[in-house]
Amino acid sequence: MKVLRIAAIFILLLGSILALVPMVWLILATFRPNDRVFSEVFTVTTPTLANYADLFTTVPFFQFLANSTFLACTAVCLQVFFSSLAGFALAKYDFAGKKLVMGIMLATVLIPGQLTLAPSYDLLYRLHLVDTYQGLLIPGAVSVFGIFLFRQSMVRIPDELLQAGRIDGCSEFGLYWNVVLPVSRPMIGAFSLMTFMGTWNSFLWPQIMLHSKLKYTLPIALAQMVGLYQQQYGMLMAGTLVAVLPVIVLFLLLQKEFVAGLTAGAVKG
Amino acid sequence: MTPRGSYRVGGGAAPYIFVAPFILLFLVFSVYPIVQSLRLAFYATSGPQDWSPVGLRNFSFLLQDPDFHKAVTNTLTYTVATVLLQLPLSLGLALLLSQKWLKGQNLFRLIFFSPHLLGQVFVGVLFAVLFQPKYGLVNHAYAAMTMNPANITTKWLGDPATVMPALVLTSLWMYVGFNMIYFLAALQGVDQELHEAALVDGAGTLARFRAVTLPAIWPVCQFVLVTSTMGSLQLFELPYLLLGNTSGPDNAGLTIVMYLYQNGFSSGDLGYASAVGWTLAVGMLVISLAQLRLSGGMGKE
Repeated sequence: MKVLRIAAIFILLLGSILALVPMVWLILATFRPNDRVFSEVFTVTTPTLANYADLFTTVPFFQFLANSTFLACTAVCLQVFFSSLAGFALAKYDFAGKKLVMGIMLATVLIPGQLTLAPSYDLLYRLHLVDTYQGLLIPGAVSVFGIFLFRQSMVRIPDELLQAGRIDGCSEFGLYWNVVLPVSRPMIGAFSLMTFMGTWNSFLWPQIMLHSKLKYTLPIALAQMVGLYQQQYGMLMAGTLVAVLPVIVLFLLLQKEFVAGLTAGAVKG
Repeated sequence: MTPRGSYRVGGGAAPYIFVAPFILLFLVFSVYPIVQSLRLAFYATSGPQDWSPVGLRNFSFLLQDPDFHKAVTNTLTYTVATVLLQLPLSLGLALLLSQKWLKGQNLFRLIFFSPHLLGQVFVGVLFAVLFQPKYGLVNHAYAAMTMNPANITTKWLGDPATVMPALVLTSLWMYVGFNMIYFLAALQGVDQELHEAALVDGAGTLARFRAVTLPAIWPVCQFVLVTSTMGSLQLFELPYLLLGNTSGPDNAGLTIVMYLYQNGFSSGDLGYASAVGWTLAVGMLVISLAQLRLSGGMGKE
């Protein structure tokens, strides 16, 4: 038994090292002069901030950071609001057509997003929404996955709680706002983080939609930098680190809720 | 419209108003495009005004285009390789982490999951640099492991033969810890009394795993199998960024979605893009149904 346990711990430590080493290397590389990025592995003999200076002066990186932040935060607010609202209706009301709505939602899970890339682009072009943030935000303002998650967590809210609110003269929207949302805080945290990550990292659709450089998000900007500044490894690594840092910080803050939300669909569903 | 419990009565128009934004957006931005893509697939387009009907020619061109064949082969190779390597590794790590005597589970879980936070684009940029032929991190490890200093200049992303291994390796780094989370959650739900009963009956570790653990976590195994297969079939960002916005030497990193993007959007033929999209969608549906059917049969045994 003892040998087995030592072997298990050894495997876990090895796995941890494999998971962390690329990120450690990334952090260290950003502080090396560009011509020394590959000269050392886990040391920084001549630390410098030149890569960060290059990053913010060669390209409008601050603008990209602001664009991504704005888009991700707005997407989170829209998706949390509209998905939880629909999830509440499906969890706590009986209404005609409810089964139909649920059925349609299930059917869309099977349809890959790439199928609608072309017709969506065509539609948004006709609506004059190509190269606008509205064109990215409006079609994605509500998420089927989010509705499922919220419905699942809201089914468990006791009906008595809602009834008490009604007796106190709460409107139906008041119930949602004052009773349902506050008790759904863990799910809101989890879903917000998932939406934030999804929007922050999304590439293909924004790449197709956004044409003006000053509207670029971080993934598009970085992809372009890979082509333009191939040899500027230090700057590229600094850009990567700055781009992933917000997600990592958010994740560390909301870790517990995130794991609960992620597995809610698979395990309880 | 018969309410089940008296508490559910009330609201009147409210539930309709609550689902209305979803229904509206859904009809305009999902249902309409899906219907439209079915039409578009039979047209050649260049710009929104210029649609010319081509019948089945988009599909017949697709089926005999060597680039598309390459994309399908690459995508399937990647999918089979990642699923076969990834899921056992994820399950194995989850089993190790769910041992009761182990301390620091949360820290390990956090560490294993963390690569997934970076997202495919940023992982692609990072690993393109890690795979650098001249003294990149991967080559340092590779040369040390093979004890052959000459390997320090291996051109992983410059040689068609090594592009796929590099891609699979990168995807393992990113997704093993992610799928592990699902297995871990499933393992926490396994009935401990059954385990103890099997232990009393003298069942060994392997026998208990097969008789108690595996049936209990089987639905989650199915879920992870299908979702990771679907994700793999839609691969795009990781190879695209890893290979510096290209499909790699000799198209070694060309995937189906990359083919759709390059042939549909770079050339502006949304009709062709729709034909590729439908081919992918039908393929994905067939594969996931086959997986569910086969794995469902295994679960009943």
